[in-house]
Amino acid sequence: MWFEIIMYILLAIGVFFNLLAGAGLLRFPDVYTRLHAGTKCTTFGSIFICGSVILLGLKAWLFNGNDGGASLALHTGVALAAILLTNPTGAHAIARAAHRSGVKPAQAVIDELEKKPESKYEVKK
Amino acid sequence: MVAFVITTIVCFITYLLLTTGTANNSSMVNLWLWSIEEIILGLILSIIVGIIARKIFIKKSIRMLNPVRWFIFIGYLFYFFYEMAKANFDVAYRVITGKINPGIVKISPDLKTDLGTTMLANSITLTPGTLTVDVDEDCNDLYIHWINVKKEALEKKPVDCKYVCAGFPKWVRRIAE
Amino acid sequence: MIEFFGLDVSILLIVLTLLFLSITMAIIRVLKGPTAPDRVVGLDTINTIVIVSMIIYGVISKSIIYIDVAIVYAFLSYISTLFIAKYLEGGEF
Repeated sequence: MWFEIIMYILLAIGVFFNLLAGAGLLRFPDVYTRLHAGTKCTTFGSIFICGSVILLGLKAWLFNGNDGGASLALHTGVALAAILLTNPTGAHAIARAAHRSGVKPAQAVIDELEKKPESKYEVKK
Repeated sequence: MVAFVITTIVCFITYLLLTTGTANNSSMVNLWLWSIEEIILGLILSIIVGIIARKIFIKKSIRMLNPVRWFIFIGYLFYFFYEMAKANFDVAYRVITGKINPGIVKISPDLKTDLGTTMLANSITLTPGTLTVDVDEDCNDLYIHWINVKKEALEKKPVDCKYVCAGFPKWVRRIAE
Repeated sequence: MIEFFGLDVSILLIVLTLLFLSITMAIIRVLKGPTAPDRVVGLDTINTIVIVSMIIYGVISKSIIYIDVAIVYAFLSYISTLFIAKYLEGGEF
C-alpha cells in the first residue's frame, strides 16, 4: 500500500511540472524565457516520472522475483540519462541560434552579449 | 592502447545496459540477465567500435580515470539535484505570477578545460532561472540569460559567480581539472 | 511481459491524458509563435513529453520495446533540434 502511494505522489509531481511547462510556454513573452519553462520544467518532471517507473521495476524485480522488472528499470534509467544529457544542450543551441538570428530579449535590463568580441575560432562568412 | 581498452569497455557496458532481459529458455547458457549469444556479439561489436573510435572518444589526457573524481561527481549530483529542485520552484512561481526581470550577463568562471566548461554550462542551464546562451572560446567566459537580474549583482563586471551558479565552479574544478 | 501486482492502470491513463494536455499547449505555441525560434522551442518541449509518454505507455502495455523506442527517439530528436538551430543561425554545416 505505502509503495503505491509513493509512486502516485512521484507521478503527480512529474505531471504537475510538465503541465507547468506547457503553461509557461503560453505565458512568457519571448524565446529565452520560454526556453526556461520548456527545458527546465520538462526535465524536472521527467526525472520524477522516470523515477516512479524505475521504482516500479525495482519492486517487480526484488520483491516479486520478475527479471523483466530489472530490464524495465535499467532501460528507463538509460532513457532518463539521454533526456538529462540532450535537453540542456539542445536549449543552449536554440538560445544561441535565436540570438545570432537577431531576436532581442524582451523587457531586458541588460544585454552584455551585444558587446561580445570576435573570436579567433569563429568561422568567417 | 589505453584509449582502445577504455573505449571498448564503455561500449560493452552500454551494450549490456541496452540488452538486459535477453535471457530466455531457448538459449543454451544464460549469464544472469543476459544470454550468451548477446554477450559474444556485444564483445565483437565493441572491439570493432573501440578500434574505430578510440581517437574520438579520448582526446589527450586520461585524468578522468581517477576514481576519486567519480566519487566527487556522485556527491556533486546530490548537491546539483538540491539546487535544481529550488530552481524549479522558482520557475513555477514565475510562471504562475508572471513577474520577470530578464537580462543577459557575463561571468568568468576561469575554467581551463572544455569538459569542465561543458559541465558547468549544462549545470547552469538546469538551475536557478539561468540559461547559457553563448560561450567565448578564447577564455571560457559564459554569457547567461538570467530571468531575474538582481540589482546588487550588476555593480561589479563581470558578474560574480556566486549570484548566478551557487558553488558549481568549485565542484567542477575539483572534478574536471 | 512483466507482471505488476497491485498497479492501477487507470491512474496511468489519467497521467497520459494530462501529458497530452501539456502537448496541446505546446502545439498552440508552435502554431502561434511569432518567430521561428519560438516554434523550435515548442517542438523541443513536445519531444521531451513524447519520450515520457512512451515510457508510461510501455508500463501500461507491459512491454519493454516502447522504452527502447523512447531512447532512440530521444537521440534522434536531439539531432534534429541541433540541425534546426544550426539552420536558423545561418552557418555552414
